[in-house]
Amino acid sequence: MAEAPVLSVARLVKRFGGLVATDDLSLEVMPGELHALIGPNGAGKTTAIGQIMGEITPDAGAIRFLGEDITALSTPARVRRGLSRTFQITQLLEDDTAEGNVALAVQARAGHGFRFWRNAARDARLREPARAALAQVGLAEARWEVPVADLSHGERKQLELAVALATGPRLLLLDEPMAGLGASESLRMTEVLRALKGRIPMLLVEHDMDAVFSLADRISVLVYGHCVASGSPHQIRQDPQVRAAYLSEEEGV
Amino acid sequence: MRSVMKDERAWAVLLLALAAFVPVVAPMLDSPATVALATRIAIYAIAASSLNLLLGGGGLVSFGHAAYYGLGGYVVGILYAHYVSGEAFLGVIPGSNDLLVTLPLAILVGGLGALVIGALSLRTSGVQFIMITLAFAQMLFFLFVSLKAYGGDDGLAIRRVAPVFGLNLRDPATLYWISLGLLAAWLFLMDRVSRSRFGRVLAGIRQGERRMAAIGVRTYPYKLVAFVIAGMGAAMAGALMVNQARFVSPDMMHWTKSGELMVMVILGGLGTLVGPALGAAALVTLEYTLSGLTEHWQFILGPILVLVVLFARGGLMGAVRRIAGMRGRAPDALPAGELPAGRVQPGDRAAPDLPLREGAAPHG
Repeated sequence: MAEAPVLSVARLVKRFGGLVATDDLSLEVMPGELHALIGPNGAGKTTAIGQIMGEITPDAGAIRFLGEDITALSTPARVRRGLSRTFQITQLLEDDTAEGNVALAVQARAGHGFRFWRNAARDARLREPARAALAQVGLAEARWEVPVADLSHGERKQLELAVALATGPRLLLLDEPMAGLGASESLRMTEVLRALKGRIPMLLVEHDMDAVFSLADRISVLVYGHCVASGSPHQIRQDPQVRAAYLSEEEGV
Repeated sequence: MRSVMKDERAWAVLLLALAAFVPVVAPMLDSPATVALATRIAIYAIAASSLNLLLGGGGLVSFGHAAYYGLGGYVVGILYAHYVSGEAFLGVIPGSNDLLVTLPLAILVGGLGALVIGALSLRTSGVQFIMITLAFAQMLFFLFVSLKAYGGDDGLAIRRVAPVFGLNLRDPATLYWISLGLLAAWLFLMDRVSRSRFGRVLAGIRQGERRMAAIGVRTYPYKLVAFVIAGMGAAMAGALMVNQARFVSPDMMHWTKSGELMVMVILGGLGTLVGPALGAAALVTLEYTLSGLTEHWQFILGPILVLVVLFARGGLMGAVRRIAGMRGRAPDALPAGELPAGRVQPGDRAAPDLPLREGAAPHG
């Protein structure tokens, strides 16, 4: 066999009442690949990530990760196998420091947390990897000890990525890492992702087309939960179907 | 942040050290009842602090904490009854009036009770969890009401308790120092646990279960272990209280007792180390003084509690922190200028290859 995909989603269906959020969706992420998922609001991109992570149960279809069928696994079980996501609307522990948030992910990866006596905040085995992850996403060192509630939106987005990295992912699912970022912050995030590219395969949901077209190896276009086109950035740019279905709709807004 | 915590531990040590002198000072002030009152405070402080592990630590609103408190009490009561009658409990376990036997057994039974009730209730969350913990506690309450062999409604009296290491437990000061020592040990344990890896996971569960799942943590076992630890603490308090009051009745398990423990935690300061002890002291003292003034003392207590909750955010410990200029746990709002950047202006970036531009609004 040549290269087997890291992630393979086959014929995924999810309905919310009458709304088909995911409509017969199939996609793959190959080793080392950065696969971008784009589409208008409500196309079902976040819902797809939710199903891949096991937060939402699909009505039909199968999800395979590293050759194993994970469709029935719980979210924590998937994370332990190497799936990790960031949230569009940051889900961070507001009372803890930035470092504390990442250290908890390091701890979760290291195994169980049934240790009741030693002070975890002074544990170098947790702190060192946490600090490495924070440095990797470019969060200023002066901000590491700051409670999350005091961090700016841009810093929270960086922290989301650091937490995801600390789980030791073998596939990263990024749900709009640039959402709400300023232009310079967006560029910085793009560079952070570029540095990760090739080492960790990624499925990137993003509306920042500069970032998507400069980073992605492959782009899939989602409309109404269905994949209407998939190909290299060049192919997607030229695809008449994408231009017709996607762009005219955008222009009509 | 760290210096604040240090301060709170210093507070705990200082208060415990001062409290140790109560039996010395009380006779000088000619108020021997003070020692008994202080004993009740120390015992309630243990119970409230154990509830705080769930409430403030893991954000688990357990409304049936009196169940374990009462279980601990009944272990002491029932063992004493069998000690007096000479018959073994269930024909196997001999009775006892020795605190060194009854206290560990009470803690064990409290932990087992919490294990069973927790294992079932923790399958739910939110309002359902509150209701199911309340329901389990009430079930136990009615079970003991109907247990005529152990006094039913009337409860059991305990006399002639065996001395511990030659110390007479009938002596109020001795029992007080034992209770205070156990409170100190318990607070030390809670402090260590809250800073440990386990404590970090628990704090994470309070702040965001979704986040915990996303970093690969199955939260159920952690919540259950917290439940068992808290149940053991409450049972220890219950066992001590029965030694102090020399009496156990189903009232120890009544839902109003669960509510009282909750009030202590919230009044003192949710999620703080010293807070629950302060809350216990405040509530017991208020009850004592007000009930001396009028039989309608609850009529006065209610508004006082409302005022404290309204005006001392973070409870008494929150007020102490503000006065001392310490920092609280979580600021309420984002500081000015730190709000999300919102929509990016189209001119901010070079024109994309596809003229596709959407806002940063949440969507599917």
